[in-house]
Parts: sequence; structure tokens; C-alpha cells
Amino acid sequence: MTVLEIAVQVDARGLSCPMPIVKTAQAVRPLASGSMVEVLSTDPGSQRDFVAWCRATGHDLVEQSTEGAVHRFIIRRK
Amino acid sequence: MTMPTFDPIAAAIADVEGVPEAFAEAFKAPNGEKQPRELVLICYSGDLEKTWASLILASTAAASGVPTKMFLTFWGLQTFVKDEVRITGQNWMQKMMSVMQRPGISHRKLSKMNFMGMGPWMMGTLAKQYGVAKPKELLEAAMALGVELMPCQMTMDMFGLTKDDMIDGMGEPVGAATVIELLANGAAPLFI
Repeated sequence: MTVLEIAVQVDARGLSCPMPIVKTAQAVRPLASGSMVEVLSTDPGSQRDFVAWCRATGHDLVEQSTEGAVHRFIIRRK
Repeated sequence: MTMPTFDPIAAAIADVEGVPEAFAEAFKAPNGEKQPRELVLICYSGDLEKTWASLILASTAAASGVPTKMFLTFWGLQTFVKDEVRITGQNWMQKMMSVMQRPGISHRKLSKMNFMGMGPWMMGTLAKQYGVAKPKELLEAAMALGVELMPCQMTMDMFGLTKDDMIDGMGEPVGAATVIELLANGAAPLFI
């Protein structure tokens, strides 16, 4: 696992679609360009949704991993 | 105003891949800057399940950087009356309508299986159990992300609704021509 400077962590565990994305968008918005955000989600749909969302918004999905039921995403703000 | 050029291949790719970036290519702003296609939700229904769907889509679109507008008309406008406002309208018939169907986002009924409120209660309980955000939370998130609410002037008049009846953050009332212009200029429409 890469060591990254995480600016904000979004804990979306236990939340269903679309809240992991909505909460992440809200967390990302005030950050400076290049900031790193870590998202934790238990929604299986997140695995595809974060890929699509990063393509749509232009943010960079740096890392994506799954441990048990928890999906972890590292996103670099556009 | 010049119509943006539309590339059907880019649109087809976007359909398959879900890449609004392809649309951004097709819809360039006059200054040459990329601009994602606008989304206009025409919220016609006041049913709980349809209100829910509209707000999920609106909040997600706004979260994805898509400029999103909700045009609130007929029963869809009743949803955006303040929860605490019980009776709306100026004359007895308008007042009676609000008694028969309580306005407000927290008082929506299911179109099927309502069973005197049993259906919505079960939906609410299941939503809580599965971490699904309620319409009210979704609306707050949507507004925080910049979704624009456009109430229909005609519906306001017909139901006798005033600006004070409506939730805070509502835009100025508009008519159908405003929506049609947005669509004619390439906004994606959803009629719910």
C-alpha cells in the first residue's frame, strides 16, 4: 500500500447509493487541486460508481482496493 | 445563440461507458472550454417513489459536475412546500386539495401499496436499515451541490401556493418556455 498524504477521509460505510458519491463530492469540493481523499464504502456498487464518477468529473482514481466488505478508494482532486 | 454540435458516436460511447466527458467534447462552450451537458429533471409526480428517484438522480448528477435543474410542476411542486405548512391555497377548493393530499417532502405517499401510510412507513424503515438516504436528506445534498429548483408558475397559481409556502432556496417561478429553451439548447431531459 502506497503511503499518501490524505487530506480528507470520507467514511461512507453503511450508506447506500448515491450517498457515497454525494458525500465524496461534497468533501472534495472545498479542497485544493491535487489533494488526496480516501473513501471507505460498503456499497458493492461503489466499485463501478467511483470509476465512472472519476471519469465524469476528471478526478484521478489513484487506488482502489477491497478488504472484506469494505471498498477503499484514493482519489486525487482535479 | 448557436446550437452545440452533437457527435452521435461520442454519445453512443457515453451510453455504453457512462462517460459524460464524451458529451463534454460535443458540447463546447463559446469560449472553447469544455462544458458538460446540462440535465433538466421535469418533476411532475408527487409520489414518494418517484420523488425519491428524481432526487437520487439530481444529487448524483450535481455530484458528477453536471449542471442540474429541477422543474417542479403539478404534483411534483407539492413536494417542495415546507413540511410544516399544513394547509395551502387561497380558496376553499385549493385548501381542500391540500387537506386531501398533504404537501411537503416528508408527507409523500406511495403510488402503489400506500395502505394508509403503512407502505411509506415500511419504505422508511427499510431505507434506514439499508443506509438509503431519505428524500429530505437527498434534497439537502442536491441543493448544497448546486441543483437549481425552478417552480412552475402555472402550478403555483392553480394551487394558490405562495413563495412563503415553498422551501428556502427555491428559484424564481418559470413557465414551460424556459424548460423548452433549455432542451432546445441540448439539455438532457428526464420526465419523472
